Amino acid sequence: MAINQKEAIKYNHKHLLGIQYLSIPEVNLILDESLAFVELNRQENKKLKILNGKTQINLFFETSTRTLSSFELAGKRLGADVMNMNVLHSAIKKGETLIDTAMTLNAMHPDILVIRHQDSGAANLLSQKVNCAVINAGDGRNEHPTQALLDAMTIKMKKGKIEGLRVAICGDIMHSRVARSNIYLLNMLGAEVRVIGPSTLMPKNIDAFGVKVFTNMEQGLEDCDIIMMLRMQTERMDGSYIPSTREYYEFFGLDYKKIKNAKEDALIMHPGPMNRGIEIDTSLADDINRSIIVQQVEMGVAVRMACLKILMESKQ
Amino acid sequence: MKKKCITNVRIIDPKNSIDEVGGILINEIGKIEAIGKQVSKGNISEAEFFDCSNKIAIPGIIDMRVFVGEPGFEYKENFRTLSQAAVSGGVTAAITMPNTLPVVDNVSTLDFVKRRSRDKSIIKIFPLAALTKEAAGDDMTEFGLLKLRGAWGFTDGIQCVQSNKVMDKILNYAKNKDALVIQFAQDNELSKNGVVHEGFLSTKLGLKGIPDIAEQIIIERDLRLLEQYKGRYHIALISSKKSLEIIKSAKSKGLTFTVGVSINNLSLNDNDIGDFRTFLKLSPPLRSEEDRLALIDAVKDGTIDVIVSDHKPEDEESKRLTFQQAATGASGIETLLSLSLQHVHNGSCNLNTIIKTLTSNPAKILGLRNGSLSVGSEADIAIFDLEKPWVLNKNNIQSKSKNTAIENKRLQGKVEKTFINGKLVFSE
Repeated sequence: MAINQKEAIKYNHKHLLGIQYLSIPEVNLILDESLAFVELNRQENKKLKILNGKTQINLFFETSTRTLSSFELAGKRLGADVMNMNVLHSAIKKGETLIDTAMTLNAMHPDILVIRHQDSGAANLLSQKVNCAVINAGDGRNEHPTQALLDAMTIKMKKGKIEGLRVAICGDIMHSRVARSNIYLLNMLGAEVRVIGPSTLMPKNIDAFGVKVFTNMEQGLEDCDIIMMLRMQTERMDGSYIPSTREYYEFFGLDYKKIKNAKEDALIMHPGPMNRGIEIDTSLADDINRSIIVQQVEMGVAVRMACLKILMESKQ
Repeated sequence: MKKKCITNVRIIDPKNSIDEVGGILINEIGKIEAIGKQVSKGNISEAEFFDCSNKIAIPGIIDMRVFVGEPGFEYKENFRTLSQAAVSGGVTAAITMPNTLPVVDNVSTLDFVKRRSRDKSIIKIFPLAALTKEAAGDDMTEFGLLKLRGAWGFTDGIQCVQSNKVMDKILNYAKNKDALVIQFAQDNELSKNGVVHEGFLSTKLGLKGIPDIAEQIIIERDLRLLEQYKGRYHIALISSKKSLEIIKSAKSKGLTFTVGVSINNLSLNDNDIGDFRTFLKLSPPLRSEEDRLALIDAVKDGTIDVIVSDHKPEDEESKRLTFQQAATGASGIETLLSLSLQHVHNGSCNLNTIIKTLTSNPAKILGLRNGSLSVGSEADIAIFDLEKPWVLNKNNIQSKSKNTAIENKRLQGKVEKTFINGKLVFSE
């Protein structure tokens, strides 16, 4: 019976471009699949043959350590041939457009393209032009779906549920694709989502996305179960949004004093890379009773394996 | 040239307050000889007749904001392709922007544009020259000399003069030469890197927004300066509801100036951008539905004087990029009338008001003798079927660039004949 039910739920897209396009059953399907891979990844022999003969190209236009290595490992553990395109040395630097690059890669018949790009909508554009499945590994400020999925997975593992939890996303909401994907996903799964940050880093009409907006961190953190810290994305800023990092840390940096407003068992997350001493107190970030940042990285590989598998299955 | 006689047509000529069924007689030199009920097949001998029953004749449309690629961007649009596109939409005159390569900021480039358009263009070209050298916003151009050589007005086109000091000098000096100053109102700092209206959609798509205050701050400043000098001033395009409040309040204090709007901002809103449709990346950006409705009301009550196509041809390569990188602007001269008629069909504007904003109002602002069907004037006439339904197919676009914002849109009302100086230049 249970097997039949699982079969009935299908992933109805060719690509994974954003959380906003997914339904609740699709999200649950990905999270359920991820669970099996969490176990696998903890074993000594981690190699499967599910994606044998498949080619996965990681096309990264922005520098990345954890997302790129996570996708690379995920593909390799499933048996795919994985190639990382180093854009810094590619024809892009010689003036080739994204679409031309996509067409070139498309001619090599990959099965999966994982793309990260500095412009919002880049993954959507690419998906219209290639025949293979496209996974968005972060596009501008738009979405970073696998990050939100791994965050949800981490919360589920630690808290046993998502529904009913109070989650605060703190910091540079404006420039964050992680914030957007998480807002969609956590709302979908029944959490109460709050965003906390100075109003200069709040995008317009963010309240219309079903979140409560706080410019005072102490108030925003009240009774929170999960605190998601974001990095100050200085590379996406044109000009000054805050007076100084010193002032920012005073009012929006997470430290032992401010965290007292949250629940006693509140957990801290961060998509990385962290700016210690700007958005988070360095010892708090390493506090094993509080911080689940390392678990996020672990879940990342499992969730990406699940995404790769599901996309390949839905193609068949 | 043989005389021509258009008969049984509904004539709408807002300048002369004509709205009646009758005929138009065009003489041998392409001027209107007679117009009205008395002109019919029965009482005219010797003429080529065009029976246009159930059709409407209006003065040829004057499009006040057109980008042509000559010189420098011929691959996007030249005078010949522009003309073909224009006449298929009933446009008989285009006011061209100075944002060419080089910029029309000196007498010899202006002269080049005039000569090229004289040789290659079917429609009438009324060039504008830049307000400042290279449209860079620093030093004013030779208003007096350029006007003598045929510049009909001055604008930096896609650029807005930022410096308060420079704008002050411009409005002050332009008054001496009775030069028309046209401003594209947008503060560069507030709109820096922005690509869409700042609002729900910009947050959803993760795109940098252009706040509407970037427009208002410039309008507010310019009107303060205008109060001192009281010269000829026109706001090229407005896009937001709040700009209208500023404009209404200034007009109520007795300040005289005029205002334009792009047909795109009247017909579309930011939601139409959907999932990153770069063909709808426009400047000013498509704003909210609330803004759009306010703009329509302002056309209706006369706060807005002209509707323009903001025809900005861009080749496909420059649109096949991410939204951030894609070029700004849409081709639209041939659909200006049909899209405008939508607002007649859905009851939000009357036909006379729409025609006025496309013909006599732009003529009056620029000081052109065109834009009416007065006896003795050049016979620039557009004849259209108000009801005819059609779908805009990209392959049928006449412009060299196919970057329309309304691909596959269903339209109602289509131009069937266009006359320029009495010559039939388009017929369907």
